Order: sequence, then structure tokens, then C-alpha cells
Amino acid sequence: MGERPVTERIHDFLEVDCGLSPEEAVAEAERCLQCKKPSCVKGCPVEIDIPAFIASIAEGNFSGAARIIKENNLLPAICGRVCPQEVQCEGECVLGVKETPVRIGDLERFVADRERRQGLAIPPVAEPTGKRVAVVGSGPAGLTAAAELARAGHTVTVFESLHEPGGVLMYGIPAFRLPKDIVQAEIDQLRKMGVEIRTNHLAGASVPVSDLLAYDAVFVGTGAGLPFFMKIPGEQLNGVYSANEFLTRVNLMHADRFPEYDTPVRHAGRVVVVGGGNVAMDAARVARRLGARVTLVYRRREEDLPARRAEVIRAKEEGVWFELCANPVRIIGDKCVTGVECVRMDMCDLDESGRPEPSPVKGSNFVIDADMCIQAIGQGPNPLLIRKLDGISYGRKGNVIVDEEGKSNLERVYAAGDVATGAATVILAMGGAKKAARAIDRMLREQ
Amino acid sequence: MNEAGQLADKIFQLWVEAPHVARHALPGQFMVIRIDEHGERVPLTVSAVDGDLVRIIFMAVGKTTHQLSTLKAGDFIRDVAGPLGRPSEIRSYGTCVVVGGGAGIASCPIIARAAREAGNHVIGIIGARNAGFLILEDEMREACHELLVATDDGSRGFHGFAADVLKKVIGDQKVDCVWIIGPAIMMKVTSGVTRPHKIRTFVSLNPIMVDGTGMCGSCRVMVGGETKFACVDGPEFDAHLVDFDLLMQRQRTYFDEEKTALERYHEHTCRCGEGGHHG
Ligand SMILES: Cc1cc2nc3c(=O)[nH]c(=O)nc-3n(C[C@H](O)[C@H](O)[C@H](O)COP(=O)(O)OP(=O)(O)OC[C@H]3O[C@@H](n4cnc5c(N)ncnc54)[C@H](O)[C@@H]3O)c2cc1C
Ligand SMILES: Cc1cc2nc3c(=O)[nH]c(=O)nc-3n(C[C@H](O)[C@H](O)[C@H](O)COP(=O)(O)OP(=O)(O)OC[C@H]3O[C@@H](n4cnc5c(N)ncnc54)[C@H](O)[C@@H]3O)c2cc1C
Ligand code: SF4
Ligand code: SF4
Ligand code: FES
Repeated sequence: MGERPVTERIHDFLEVDCGLSPEEAVAEAERCLQCKKPSCVKGCPVEIDIPAFIASIAEGNFSGAARIIKENNLLPAICGRVCPQEVQCEGECVLGVKETPVRIGDLERFVADRERRQGLAIPPVAEPTGKRVAVVGSGPAGLTAAAELARAGHTVTVFESLHEPGGVLMYGIPAFRLPKDIVQAEIDQLRKMGVEIRTNHLAGASVPVSDLLAYDAVFVGTGAGLPFFMKIPGEQLNGVYSANEFLTRVNLMHADRFPEYDTPVRHAGRVVVVGGGNVAMDAARVARRLGARVTLVYRRREEDLPARRAEVIRAKEEGVWFELCANPVRIIGDKCVTGVECVRMDMCDLDESGRPEPSPVKGSNFVIDADMCIQAIGQGPNPLLIRKLDGISYGRKGNVIVDEEGKSNLERVYAAGDVATGAATVILAMGGAKKAARAIDRMLREQ
Repeated sequence: MNEAGQLADKIFQLWVEAPHVARHALPGQFMVIRIDEHGERVPLTVSAVDGDLVRIIFMAVGKTTHQLSTLKAGDFIRDVAGPLGRPSEIRSYGTCVVVGGGAGIASCPIIARAAREAGNHVIGIIGARNAGFLILEDEMREACHELLVATDDGSRGFHGFAADVLKKVIGDQKVDCVWIIGPAIMMKVTSGVTRPHKIRTFVSLNPIMVDGTGMCGSCRVMVGGETKFACVDGPEFDAHLVDFDLLMQRQRTYFDEEKTALERYHEHTCRCGEGGHHG
């Protein structure tokens, strides 16, 4: 069914990608070679049995396909949409060598959407064990851990500091990429499984650490929500935003519909977004939808953009201008932003990550006129709870240090997702949370 | 919501049932409320606690605070998150002065009481434009060893600013620690009084916030040349290191939008005959 036309979609927040029709899905599924040693599965962090679910689709057995996926992935409607498939499952698909890989993500999404429309079956919950687990944070990590633990029969309480559960899925990723009713459906299902979600509860404050530690186990999934700023002059000017603030105002607080909703966001004619990841693309595309002319400034080359390829292409189609190999050095303005001064970057030697290290070209400074500057240059783990967990070991970047199974150095305290890995992906957060939940379950049963 | 009432011109108080906040709040902390589905997240100081109830005191300045002022006992506030921010640094300093201006007086009794319990001699100073705007006088009198009152027009107490009263107090005795809470301009001027004497001075900053948990950076302020997030690093900071002009500049970010929101609210409440407030 393809994508909605640019002229239509840049005026709203409805989903860009319309998904596959049943006929398209079956046709796509029939392309799969059903490899004996499927390399695609190795590319999936949660090792979904990809050939098996695709075979089910080819047979027209969509609910069977959903069952297979759900054995390894509880949130397929979300992952089908936001996984960076080109470097995961699809990146490994053998068909990709000669032609295009099987559209595994689209197929996964198709199956999940169909299942949801027919009403999600509530997963069976084991006999109550009488053990209580506190889950902190309700992003993909927290939601996955809660679901796994509830399924195993434990009593789960989720604490979320915001007024809506969902973490980045609600406040970060815009609705045109991930409609909010999908996230809502997953959360409703958790509630039906008996999980209690307490919003407006900041662990470490509304729930003191001593109360948390009184649970039989604690799962920390607080994410990497601490926004970084570039530390360049002019950053305090009105009109300079972190991507987190800009996206939260629009996605969570609906500032796009001000004054119907009370939360405002600056009205900008020209916006500069700094960064090249998914967060930067989202900020740029949201700003486009609010009617601004948008320039995205990234210090490396196009092929180095860490964002999902599909989203880069869509951003370009929507009219986001890419200023590559450039880096801001100063934000100009009196009280409010009037421009962003940048310098050209030269791509020199390769750095540790194997990418060319950009270095500024002397005298190449130029100014982009702008009345808003959004910084999307990365986020670190939210330190609030971590600092209060006496004795927990964390790395230089503030990430909780855990073993293979998500166990921290503190007794009965586990962590997974961005708080452990640093800003990563939805599927990695879920994969880590699932391992941690299994380890917690084992520990509680051994007691 | 348990109890609601008006304290002074444009200043209102509400007692809100919020056990998760009430049981853990310490002096100097705040909460973020969202009044309904369409509401903004707005920070308000925890001004008193009684069992599972917390008191908020606010001045009706914009859409949210006007709407809050119409709530009655039995009504609901959609979301209450907290307690947020670092608590006041209450220690045994010696002689402390707690200065409150306007709606900022709301935060004072809880701090004064705690300072007194920590063994300090506590002097309170509260100031307002005129007698009609003055709040919590009795409560402050009870919380402090001494209380001084000032109004800009002399309609009650000393004729002048709280800063003038503070200057006099500092002249009369050795003062070891001062809290100043009020509008940004008042905190700026008043903390100028303690600066030459190098008296430890705290101010409670009120930048625009969204989440209140360190995730957006909307609340960033400059303290001693460094960027701080007021919601997690503050809201109280060393007054002599704060860039107040920047705080005031950033508070005006949404000036036009705030006006639009308030006008729209007034129009709406008038049309519906809900008894809108014309402030
Ligand atoms: C704009 C944006 C776009 C992205 N796009 C993609 C994409 O396309 N594909 C992809 O795979 N990944 C993407 N990511 C990354 C992905 O969203 C994250 O890796 C993932 O959400 C991490 O999940 P998490 O559960 O660890 O943390 P989060 O989703 O950050 O959730 C953490 C939750 O914990 C809550 N919390 C924090 N501290 C406390 C506390 N003390 N008490 C209570 N609650 C607390 C927070 O409010 C939050 O709700 C994107 C991220 C952003 C910001
Ligand atoms: C930590 C903290 C504690 C506070 N405690 C109190 C208190 O106890 N009593 C009280 O009367 N006020 C307090 N304030 C200020 C209060 O939050 C604002 O007056 C309120 O947000 C105004 O909302 P409004 O919709 O009525 O007005 P608006 O029309 O939105 O704004 C009017 C004024 O409020 C400021 N403001 C607007 N939105 C916000 C926001 N989200 N966060 C902070 N400021 C904002 C604006 O700069 C403007 O000057 C506190 C602020 C902070 C940061
Ligand atoms: S979860 Fe992600 S990586 Fe795994 S198969 Fe689905 S889209 Fe691919
Ligand atoms: S690698 Fe590609 S073709 Fe082979 S099983 Fe996986 S999806 Fe099918
Ligand atoms: S209010 Fe968002 S970081 Fe302070």
C-alpha cells in the first residue's frame, strides 16, 4: 500500500507508511528462500524464527505467524516499525546480496497489526508465586520485563515518573512513525495481565530507594533520557531546545495543537537541527510538520548518518535540507536565536569506530539563519535513581554495569535497556529486559 | 482535592490528596501537576504537608493557575508528580533569615520551621506589593522567632521592599544564612544585599519546566558559569552565582503563547458561564 504522498503527510502526524495489504504480504513472503541456515535470524537481536513466520504468511496463516513472532518478541507492531532492519535482520538476508532483501520488518508489522485489529489475546499468566517485583520505567525495557515477569506469575508494579507510560515510544518517537494507539494497546494488555502501572511516581523520590529494595527484586529500566548540549556559545538563548524537550512538547503534550492543548512550543519559520541519528530525523520531520523550513546539520558524510536509511530518505522527501560535513560553533542572537554559525568539516583519518574523524576547516565559517535550534546530539542515562542506589556500580558515562543477564552488583537489582547500554535501540532494550526478567524469575524460584 | 480557598488578591491555596508526594516531601521540594487531559505540566512548591495531603499556593498569572483557582473541594487534578528537586540544605547555621516575596511566601514557612527545628534562630521577612497581596503572615509568625513585614506602598508593616528590611536586619546582627524566594527580579535585588557580606544565600529558581525530572533541559539556568538543570540540580542554588537576567529572559520564551492561552480561557469560561476570573 506504500507511503502517503509527501504533500499530504507533511501537514499531519498520521502514519507515513501504510503497511502491506494481505496480497502484498503473501507475495513478499513467497520471495523468502526458506534458508536452512537462515542468516537473517542472526541479525535479529531477539532471534525470531524468521523463516518460520514468513512461511506461515505465505500459507495465509497470519495468526500462526503472529504466534511464532511472539515467542521471541512481545512488541512486534512496534519493532516492525522502528527496528533498524537494514543493519539487523534484513541486512543479513541472503537475498540482499543480489537483489533486495525480504522486507522482514514490514511483514512482522503486517502480522502484528492484523492481530491487534482482531483483538489481542491476553497471554496466559502462571500461578501466582507471591513474589513482588518493582519495575522502574515503562519504556520498551520496562514493558518487556513487566510482561515476562507477570507471565511467570509474579506480582509486578511499574513505576513511571511521567503521566503516560511508554517511555521514548510515547514522548520521543513521533506518531507519524509509531502511532500512539499501538503503544497504548500493548500497555492495556499489560494491565489486563494484572500489572499495576503507577504513573507520576519517580523512583528515588515518590518511591524511596528503601521502599524499592523492599520488593523481592528490582528491575531498573530508566532509559537514557538526559539530553546533551554541545556546550557552544549562545545555547541559553530562547529558541534553543534539546530534541527531548521539543519532541516531548509535541508528542506527549500535543503542543502542535496549542491552544487546544495548553503546552506551547515556539513558532519558528526556520529551524536548524543538529545531529544525524533517529532523534535528529524525528525532530526535523516534526519541525517540518509544524510548518518550518528545516536544515539538518551533521558533521560527517551522508553515508555516516546513524539514522535508519528509510527515515533519512523520507526526511529528504519531506523537504528537510541536509547540510553535511558541517558543525555548529556558535548560536547567534540577542535574546532569541537568529542564526547558527557553522564550520565546514573535513573528513580525515578513521577514528576508533572506523568512521572518518571530522575536523573543522579553518576560515570556512558560515551562518544559517534560524529562529530555532534543536540539538539532537545524544543522551546519557538518567542519573537520578542511579545516584541514589547506594553502592551500585556504573560506568564513566553513567550506565549501570550489569552482567550478561542484566544483574547489577547489588543483590536483587537488575537493569537493562538504555540505562545499561547507553542510548541504543528498542529491540536491544527488549532483548536485554527479557534476559533480565528470566534471571529474576530464576532467582525468585530458587529462593 | 480536599480544600480550596483564596488567601489574598489573586493568590489561592489548594490541599491536594497525593500520598506519594506527601509522605516523602521535604522542605524546598516541588511537584508537577497537570490539571486535565489538555493541561500543561506546571511546577508548584510543596508548601505544607498534612498526612496524605499537600498544600499548594499559587498566584493566578496564566491559564493553568487561573483554572486551578476555580477548583473546589471534591474536584480532581489529573496528575500530581513528586516530590521533585533537591530539598533545602537545612543545617545548623546559627542565625537564618527566610525572605519571601509575593507568591514566593508560599515556600517559606516549611523552610523556616525546619531551620528552627535544626537549632537556628530564624527571622522571617515577608513582602508584597500591598496588604491585599500578603499571605501566610500568621503561619510565618508561628514558624519564626521574629517576623518582619514589608509592603511596597506601606499599607502594612514597613514601607518599602523586603530587601530594605533585610539590609537593616544584617546591619543589626550577625546573619549566617539567608533564603530568598519570590519573583526573579526580587531574588536578584534582594540577594544583592547579602553579597557584599558574603552571607550564604539560597534562592529557589523558577524557570519554565516540562518533565521536572532532568529529561528535557527546558529548566536550564546558569550558576557560576555552568549550565544546571533547576529541576534536579536545584531548584535552590547559591544566589551569588546565579545569572538572574538569563533566568528572566528564558521565563519570557512563551510570553505571546501564554497571553493567547489566557485570553482563550477567559473567552471560553465567559461563554460557558462558568464564572471566569477577570484578573
Ligand atoms: C526521538 C527518538 C527516536 C528513536 N528512534 C528509534 C528507532 O527508530 N528505532 C529504535 O530501535 N530505537 C529508536 N530510539 C531509541 C529507543 O527509543 C531507545 O533505545 C529505547 O526506548 C530504550 O528503552 P528503555 O526502556 O531502556 O528506555 P526509555 O524508553 O527511555 O524509557 C525509560 C522510562 O523510564 C522513566 N524513568 C526514568 N527515570 C525514572 C525514575 N527514577 N522513576 C520512574 N520512572 C523513570 C522515563 O520517564 C521513561 O518513561 C529512538 C529514541 C529517541 C529519543
Ligand atoms: C520549582 C518551581 C516552583 C514553583 N512554585 C510556585 C508556587 O509555589 N506558587 C506559584 O504561584 N508559582 C510557582 N512557580 C511558578 C509557576 O510554575 C508558574 O507560575 C506557572 O507555571 C504558571 O502557569 P500558568 O499557565 O498559570 O501561566 P503561564 O501563562 O503559562 O505563564 C505565566 C508565567 O509563568 C511562567 N511559566 C509558565 N509555564 C511554566 C512552567 N511550565 N514552569 C515554570 N514556569 C512557567 C512563565 O515564565 C510566565 O512568567 C514555581 C515554579 C518552579 C519552577
Ligand atoms: S525484531 Fe527487529 S530485527 Fe528482529 S526480525 Fe523483527 S524487525 Fe528484524
Ligand atoms: S535470509 Fe532472507 S531468504 Fe533466507 S530465510 Fe531469512 S529472510 Fe528468507
Ligand atoms: S524540567 Fe525538564 S530537565 Fe528540568
